[in-house]
Amino acid sequence: MGILEVKGVNKRFGGLQALGDVNLSVSENSVHAIIGPNGAGKSTLLNCLVGKLIPDTGSVMFDGQSVLGQTPYQINQMGISRVFQTPEIFGDLSVMENMMIPCLAKRDGSFELNAWPSVNSQKDIIEHAEQVLEDMNMAEKRDMHASSLSRGDKRRLEIGMCLAQEPRLLLLDEPTAGMARADTNNTIDLLKEIKDQRDITIAIIEHDMHVVFSLAERITVLAQGTPLVEDTPDNIKGHPKVREAYLGEAQV
Amino acid sequence: MLGLNNKDLRLFIIVICLTVFAPFILNPFPETSELAQFNAGYPDLMQRFIIFGIFAIGFNILFGLTGYLSFGHAAFLGVGSYAAIWMMKLLTLNVIPAILMSIVFAGLFAVVVGYISLRRSGIYFSILTLAFAQMSYALAYSVLTPITGGETGLQIKATDTPLLSNLAEGEIGRANLFGLDMRSSFELELGNWLFTFNAGYYIAVVFMLIAFYLSIRLFRSPFGMMLRAVKSNQQRMNYTGLNSKPYTLAAFVISGMYAGLAGGLMVAMDTQVGPERMFWTASGEVVLMSILGGAGTLIGPVLGAGMIKYMENIISKINDNILHKWFEFMPDGIEDFLVTIIHPFIGKGWHLTLGLLFMAVIIFLPGGLVELGQRIGRLFRRGGSKDTAAQSTPAE
Ligand SMILES: Nc1ncnc2c1ncn2[C@@H]1O[C@H](COP(=O)(O)OP(=O)(O)OP(=O)(O)O)[C@@H](O)[C@H]1O
Ligand SMILES: [Mg+2]
Repeated sequence: MGILEVKGVNKRFGGLQALGDVNLSVSENSVHAIIGPNGAGKSTLLNCLVGKLIPDTGSVMFDGQSVLGQTPYQINQMGISRVFQTPEIFGDLSVMENMMIPCLAKRDGSFELNAWPSVNSQKDIIEHAEQVLEDMNMAEKRDMHASSLSRGDKRRLEIGMCLAQEPRLLLLDEPTAGMARADTNNTIDLLKEIKDQRDITIAIIEHDMHVVFSLAERITVLAQGTPLVEDTPDNIKGHPKVREAYLGEAQV
Repeated sequence: MLGLNNKDLRLFIIVICLTVFAPFILNPFPETSELAQFNAGYPDLMQRFIIFGIFAIGFNILFGLTGYLSFGHAAFLGVGSYAAIWMMKLLTLNVIPAILMSIVFAGLFAVVVGYISLRRSGIYFSILTLAFAQMSYALAYSVLTPITGGETGLQIKATDTPLLSNLAEGEIGRANLFGLDMRSSFELELGNWLFTFNAGYYIAVVFMLIAFYLSIRLFRSPFGMMLRAVKSNQQRMNYTGLNSKPYTLAAFVISGMYAGLAGGLMVAMDTQVGPERMFWTASGEVVLMSILGGAGTLIGPVLGAGMIKYMENIISKINDNILHKWFEFMPDGIEDFLVTIIHPFIGKGWHLTLGLLFMAVIIFLPGGLVELGQRIGRLFRRGGSKDTAAQSTPAE
């Protein structure tokens, strides 16, 4: 049994069947990619995993527990962190503060009225945040305003913020969309490094085949809301159905 | 020291000095001079600076940190005032229980208003808070007359016999602090100068300094950082395992309690209250104070409150006769011309002056008076050392 088990999930938007009977199993400590043409329902599926959307039918189990009906912050506290298609960070805060917030969320939980001690006296939080910044190669950008970072750095910071929570499952929605080649390669290296250094399961939605084939151990192809095939990268490359539904379209 | 970093400690000490020596600082002109007009060092006005300062400090915890713009904070001011005066009528004329009750009642009311209003954000939140405040105002005026005294409001009367204060038959009770009358003052005459040290003022100062100190601690705490996170990106917050709702509600209730404290102090200084204290313009005023001084900064709202109260009380008292006296030395034609030009900006026209000032601040100094101070500071520093100019820290 995988750490994430999606069974018979359906989601309709009005007359549109965005997800039709999706089954998906992500095994622990693997990198699982979900690919598919535009509008295939990839983001919709991901939103169903993190509590942003509630599927019409079906079940989503994380580590044996249902996530349905839970709010995003509760699902996050269960151990699922999410990186957005466009980086979502605290733009008005410094890089260091951005990093301290997930550290506090990990230590204190979803709410804590901690209004008396100063942030600077929280040595464990500062140490933790600095460590992650170091891991992300962002230590020297510590005092910068997060909104003034480059797009690549914002992505890096967001991934770092997710990792600071030490999640068991990291979800990424097109992490390299709109990035220059160099930034894309940096992100691939970063994700590889993360995978090598810790016990973490990664599920990644991606359009860029270069990214998918450099990272994924298993690939699910989604087309019109339904999984077509699920297999290893090597088998996916030559699969006729996939060519027809996805790669063929990409060559047009 | 006091758990504050050096910069905050310096700011706190400056505020202590300014408030303690305010009777001197605000009375720079001798009684006999023309400029005595601009003296603000009389107890009534100084108390108002302090009380509205507290109101604005609290408002800023909500608006400055979380970005939630409440347009109904005067309701908490009013609830605090009513709670305080009832304590004085029924229990004791000592101001301490009255002030504590004003904080408690305003806090409880803020839990209800906040819980409902915070279901929405942005303009809808503002409208909900406004609706609550106007509703409170209207109720205080009509249905709740038995509790609020309706249009005439509530005062301490000869018929009030608080449980713990032994008053003689028919004596009208006076607010006091363990026997010290709030209205008692000590006057110091130095040459042509007259300085007044008022008991009520200094009691208000003590409360204000405590309130200010707590707000500094809150700003620098993990909780304060979370409130800034609410303002910056709630989506990221929720996907970082944080529940933004209780954070915002806590900020709302804390700021409501500050407003309640201000309301309680108003009653302690001047034992009366009427429903107009909750009118929407009073809610709007504290918004102006925060923005004028610098929302999200520690000292800004206090400066804004001082500025507005000063203009309301000083500029509004200048009239054409006074202007004629000032420009007496000029040729008649020019004198009349100048008076005509300045006329719309003084007396009842002080709102125009305030409006123009407010516009100028919004357009040229979005960070308020604090930004003005920072810019001037930077100008001076550039002369000396060149290194510190680029990096400005958020939230002075
Ligand atoms: N909130 C919504 N309301 C209505 N329709 C929606 C909503 N979200 C998504 N859809 C529709 O559902 C379908 C699947 O969308 P989804 O965003 O999941 O696709 P995707 O695979 O992520 O595509 P892309 O590669 O472009 O990101 C699309 O046709 C989209 O228009
Ligand atoms: Mg998408």
